[in-house]
Amino acid sequence: MEQNGRAENAVVVRNLVKVYGKEKTAVDHVSFSVKPGEIFGLIGPDGAGKTSIFRVLTTLLLPDGGSATVDGLDVVKDYKQIRNRVGYMPGKFSLYQDLSVEENLNFFATVFDTTVEANYHLIKEIYDQLEPFKKRRAGKLSGGMKQKLALCCALIHKPVVLFLDEPTTGVDPVSRKEFWEMLKQLKTQNITIVVSTPYMDEANMCDEIALIQSGRLLSVDTPGNIVKSYPEQLYAVKADNMHKLLKLLRSYDKVMNSYAFGEFAHVSFKDPQVNISEVTDYLKQEGLADIELRTTAVTIEDSFIKLL
Amino acid sequence: MRTIKFLLQKEFRQIFRNRAIVAMVIAMPVIQLIILPLAANYEVKNVNVAVIDKDHSSYSQKLINKIIASGYFKLTGYDFSFKQAYRLIESDAADLILEIPQGFERNLIRENEQKLFVAVNAINGTKANLGSAYLLTVIQDFNRDVRLQFIQPGNFNQQPTIDVASSNWYNPLLDYHMYMVPGILAILVTMIGGFLTALNIVKEKEVGTIEQINVTPIKKYHFILGKLIPFWILGNVVFTLGLLVARLVYGIIPVGSLFLMYGFIAVYLLAVLGLGLLISTFCETQQQAMFVMFFFVMIFVLMGGLFTSIDSMPDWAKTVTKFNPVSYLIEVMRMIMLKGSSLKNILPQLGIIAVFALVLNSLAIFNYKKTS
Repeated sequence: MEQNGRAENAVVVRNLVKVYGKEKTAVDHVSFSVKPGEIFGLIGPDGAGKTSIFRVLTTLLLPDGGSATVDGLDVVKDYKQIRNRVGYMPGKFSLYQDLSVEENLNFFATVFDTTVEANYHLIKEIYDQLEPFKKRRAGKLSGGMKQKLALCCALIHKPVVLFLDEPTTGVDPVSRKEFWEMLKQLKTQNITIVVSTPYMDEANMCDEIALIQSGRLLSVDTPGNIVKSYPEQLYAVKADNMHKLLKLLRSYDKVMNSYAFGEFAHVSFKDPQVNISEVTDYLKQEGLADIELRTTAVTIEDSFIKLL
Repeated sequence: MRTIKFLLQKEFRQIFRNRAIVAMVIAMPVIQLIILPLAANYEVKNVNVAVIDKDHSSYSQKLINKIIASGYFKLTGYDFSFKQAYRLIESDAADLILEIPQGFERNLIRENEQKLFVAVNAINGTKANLGSAYLLTVIQDFNRDVRLQFIQPGNFNQQPTIDVASSNWYNPLLDYHMYMVPGILAILVTMIGGFLTALNIVKEKEVGTIEQINVTPIKKYHFILGKLIPFWILGNVVFTLGLLVARLVYGIIPVGSLFLMYGFIAVYLLAVLGLGLLISTFCETQQQAMFVMFFFVMIFVLMGGLFTSIDSMPDWAKTVTKFNPVSYLIEVMRMIMLKGSSLKNILPQLGIIAVFALVLNSLAIFNYKKTS
């Protein structure tokens, strides 16, 4: 691919709107851009509009407003060229279950008018793990293997931009970790990757993320900046009775925000110079024991909750 | 071309891996063609007849014997009153009542005239119609015998009579198999072609593979041809198997040109596959496609002239059959197979089917969208 002919941004989305039916707005004036060669994460819960954005960008869905370009090409006008340049891996496994691993890969290579050999270097690392099963029908593979095969098929034509819609949903934690390692590998091949996920912990693996909720973008930045921009100091609290603790925190007038977070409760206070021991005393007074209160690092999930 | 080649390769792999489809394509024409024509028999045999003989003469005996000896009737009651015989009709033991009045023999000889009474249970229309027609034939025959006996040879030709001699062309023995087999084969070809195409594409929608295909640069017509060609070939396989069964099991050897039949089927399959394709573009699940297809196939079969002749339908129904591709195929199959019609004879039907193929496929291609 000629480097100078390449668009400045791999993906540009401007005021994108998608409305289903009459009133169900799935995507509500969304704008963001993805730089070439980065991993861009679209992070949000189910039903936030992630898949709709993906389908618009992969030319499967026509937008109702705004515009979008992929590799400098308009998704409506230049959809034919885009189809040659993007790889798409839908959230649901959608390869031919009755064809073998090898046949699926060959098929997708040929429909893009290329061969497996030509771009083998792209998928080698991933395909090596699939090699022992290459004669097996795709439908008979395990979940993790299916996902690897789907990634291979989406990559086989050396796409400029790779769209992965919730690739790790329903995948075990070990495979998830492996999968992200694979994505990092691909990044070195200069492939732009747009990935969506409902898992906040995966956000840190991305170069840039967009937090999305109910079709609206809450924030677009690097994970580091998003965390950094959290305005208050965050504390983690633990006590013997978590239920009571949460109730107390919620009614405590010094508290700005509080919510359960794993085995802790995360709290921020209205007064930045709050006296910790004062808070602990108050909780003890209310009958809680084994109180542990300390500062904690902000995570993407905290930022997401804050932005809601 | 390369793309189509690979699409076809993929399609055939999938078809041959799906045992149910292979079994259906091979077993369905063979089994159905062996069973259905035997079952769908219009010849009425074993008409149950109850006789009320009030005469008990040698003539009445002769008539009854003649009726039973004809082979179409079974004597299930021999009664003395209509009431008794009517009970047999009510309990479904008899389909016909023949009443021979008292003095049958005497009046016939003396007055050269006698009346018989026939009552028919018309719940089963076909049986009633044919049964009473057979019975009347037998009685007329009996009548002629009686006349021969009594009228002197010299006076024989006093009355001018018209004797109609009919001969059945193209199917001299009025063999129902000759008539049913081409019709059933036509329906089989329609069903296999239509259902397989519709279900196949909708399955790709259901599984989600069509999404994957849609993001590729595959052209619309590539995809559609990739779907049409395999099922077109399968349709021809079914047709060939059907012809073999017709020949081996029923001894039906097409009178007309085989080449012409395949030519017509080739165009016809395009029309049916187009219908399947069109349905698949409207349906999201295989269940929907199945029901919509059934809706059409039911109408096609029942209004196709297989079981009931189109000529006997009311005018509005005749108009409907004009939009039924199956009716043309059944007609043409019978024409070529039994009558040996040539291209010139079937040209109108061929033209209409070609229009069907063109319209249905155009609509399907128009309605198939890679982007929603």
